[in-house]
Amino acid sequence: MLLKLSLDKTGGLFTEMARDRTLYLPVKRGGQADFAPWTPEAEVCLDYLNTARSIKDFFLPQTENIAAFKREGKKITITPTHEEPSPFVVFGARACDVRSLDVLDRVFLSDPVDTFYKAQRENGVIVSMACAEPEETCFCNAFGIDAAEPRGDVVTWIAGNFLYWEAKTPAGEALTGKLETLMSEADSSDLKEIEEQGKAARAAFKELPLGKLSLEGWSGDDLLGKFTSPLWEKMSKSCLGCGTCTYVCPTCQCYDIQDFDTGHGIARFRCWDSCMYSDFTLMAHGNPRKSQLERFRQRFMHKLVYYPANNDGMYSCVGCGRCVAKCPISMNIAKVIKALGGNANA
Amino acid sequence: MPDVTCGVKSGDLLIPSLGVVTEIRRDTPDVKTFRVNSAEGGGVCFPHMPGQCAMLSIPGVGEAMFSITSSPTNTEYMEFSIKRCGTLTDWLHEMEPGQQITIRGPYGNCFPVETDLKGKDLLFIAGGIGLAPLRSVINYVRHYRKNYASVDIVYGARSMDDLVDIDEIRNEWDGRDGVKVHLTIDRAQEGWTGNVGFVPDFVKSLGLPTLKTVLMCGPPIMIKFVLAALQSLGFKKNQVYTTFELRMKCGIGKCGRCNIGAKYVCKDGPVFRCDQMEEMPDEY
Repeated sequence: MLLKLSLDKTGGLFTEMARDRTLYLPVKRGGQADFAPWTPEAEVCLDYLNTARSIKDFFLPQTENIAAFKREGKKITITPTHEEPSPFVVFGARACDVRSLDVLDRVFLSDPVDTFYKAQRENGVIVSMACAEPEETCFCNAFGIDAAEPRGDVVTWIAGNFLYWEAKTPAGEALTGKLETLMSEADSSDLKEIEEQGKAARAAFKELPLGKLSLEGWSGDDLLGKFTSPLWEKMSKSCLGCGTCTYVCPTCQCYDIQDFDTGHGIARFRCWDSCMYSDFTLMAHGNPRKSQLERFRQRFMHKLVYYPANNDGMYSCVGCGRCVAKCPISMNIAKVIKALGGNANA
Repeated sequence: MPDVTCGVKSGDLLIPSLGVVTEIRRDTPDVKTFRVNSAEGGGVCFPHMPGQCAMLSIPGVGEAMFSITSSPTNTEYMEFSIKRCGTLTDWLHEMEPGQQITIRGPYGNCFPVETDLKGKDLLFIAGGIGLAPLRSVINYVRHYRKNYASVDIVYGARSMDDLVDIDEIRNEWDGRDGVKVHLTIDRAQEGWTGNVGFVPDFVKSLGLPTLKTVLMCGPPIMIKFVLAALQSLGFKKNQVYTTFELRMKCGIGKCGRCNIGAKYVCKDGPVFRCDQMEEMPDEY
C-alpha cells in the first residue's frame, strides 16, 4: 500500500522511527551529505543525490574491534569484544547502494558466513529513496539498476510536497506498522505523479555523460585476454595508489586484520583495506603484484571479471559514480569498461 | 580418515582459539619445527586433512597462514615447519616451549588423498621449505601405505644444511615400505655425496616413468620450471598437483587478497591441479 506524508511533517516520522532504534539518514556536515544518526537538530538533507560515503559503513564498518588479547609471560588470554548489534534503520539509501548489499551479501553471507556482517544485516532495515534526477557521474543504468524504482525493505519517493512510502518486505511492514498513523493513503493521482517523475528520471539518466555506458565485451569469457591486455599499462600509469576509489566504493569489501597495543593489552581490529596499496599482497619472499599496474588491474578485473565469474555474472560495481567524482587523477571504472570492453567511442 | 569440518568452532570466524607450543626443533639455520597442542586438554587443536593450513598468531606481533606439517594421522599434536623470514616468524623463532599462541583453522582444501590419489604411483617434488605441506601428505600416505602404489620423493634445497626434516627423511622415509627418496642441493658442498643441481633438472635426469601423479611444492619459480620439466618428459598437467601460498588475512575467501584470477588460494586452494591453473593468470 502506498502511503504519503507531507514533507513538512517528516520530523515527526524521523522521531518515531528513532524511538526504539538508531536512525541513520543523510545529514549535511562539512559541506557534504553523509549518513549520520538522526537528532532533532540534525540538518537532514533529502535533496542530496549521493552521499560521500556509502551505506557499506553500516554493514562492514571501516573499523571493528573484534577481540582483545592479554599476553603475560607465556600466557595469552582471548576475549571476543565485538559489539552486540542493535536495531537500526538506514533511511534514504539510493538504488545503487541498495544493490551494493546484494554484492556484499554474496561475499559475507556465503559459506562460511561472516557472523558480524550477518548480524548487522539482520538488525538493519533499509528505507530506500528513488532518484528523481541523477548526478552527472551516475551510471547505475549500465548495471540494470532502476534508480527511480529502488529495492529495499521500504521504498520512498519524494514528489511535489510529499514523501511517499511503500513497504516491500516483512521487515519493512513491521517498521511501517509503527508509523502508519502519521501517514495517509495515497491515491491514483499520487501514483501517476510518481510514475511521471520516474519516466523523466530514467530519460535523464540516459542523457548523462555515462548514460550509454555498455558492459558489452565484459561477458566474462575472456579472463586471460582481459588480464594480458596492453591497455592496463597506459590506464594505470597515472594512478597514485591513494585507494580513495576503494574506500568510497559501496562494493569494495577487502579487509585487513591488525593488532593495536593499547597499553593495557592488544586490541584486534578488522578494518577496510585496499588492493591499491603495495603492502596488500606483500609477503616475506616478495610481492605477486609488484607495481601499480598489477594493483590497478586487480581492482577492475575483480569487479568486472573475477567477481562475476564466481557470482553468476553479477558485476561488483553498481555505477554509483563515487569513484568517478573522487579520483584525483580522473581515472575510473567507466573508462576501463569503455577501453577494454571495446566500446571506447560510447 | 579423520572427520573434517570447516574447523571453526564458534560462528565468529576470525576469533582464534588458544594453542601451546610444547616442543621446538631446529631443522636448518632458518627453519624450526614447532609442535603445538590445544591449550585446553592437549591433543590437536582441530582435525585437518593433508595440505590444509592454519592461522597462527602472537597477538600484537602478527597473524599469518602456515601449512600444517604434521599428518592428520598424528592425533597427539600438530606441527608447523616455519622459516624465519619476517616479523612474526622472527618472534616465533625466538620463543621458548610453553609459549601460548593463537590458532584458527583448518583452512582450504586438501590433496585428494582419499579420492584421486588412491592407488596411484606418487611422485613428491619439494624445494626448500616447500616440503612443509608435503610432509603431511607423505606421512599420511605412509600411514595408509596399502592405499597407494609406488612413492618417490624428490627433495632439493640450497645446501645440505637447508634440507628440512633430514633425519626423518633418512631414517624413517627412505627405503622403508618402498619409499624412494632422491635428494639434491643447489651447489657442491664438502661432505655431500648426493646429486648437485636444481630440482627441475634433477627431476628430468631421474628417468622416472610418466604414469605417476605428482605433488609438488616450492617457491613459485620452482613450480613453474618443474611443471615445464615434467611436461617435457610427457607428464600432463592433470597429473600434477601443487599448493600455493599468498598473503592472507581471513582464510575464508572474504578479505580479498590471496586471489590468483578468480580463485582464492585460501578457499578454492591452496591445492590446485595444474590444468586448473590454465585459467589462472600468471600472478603468483
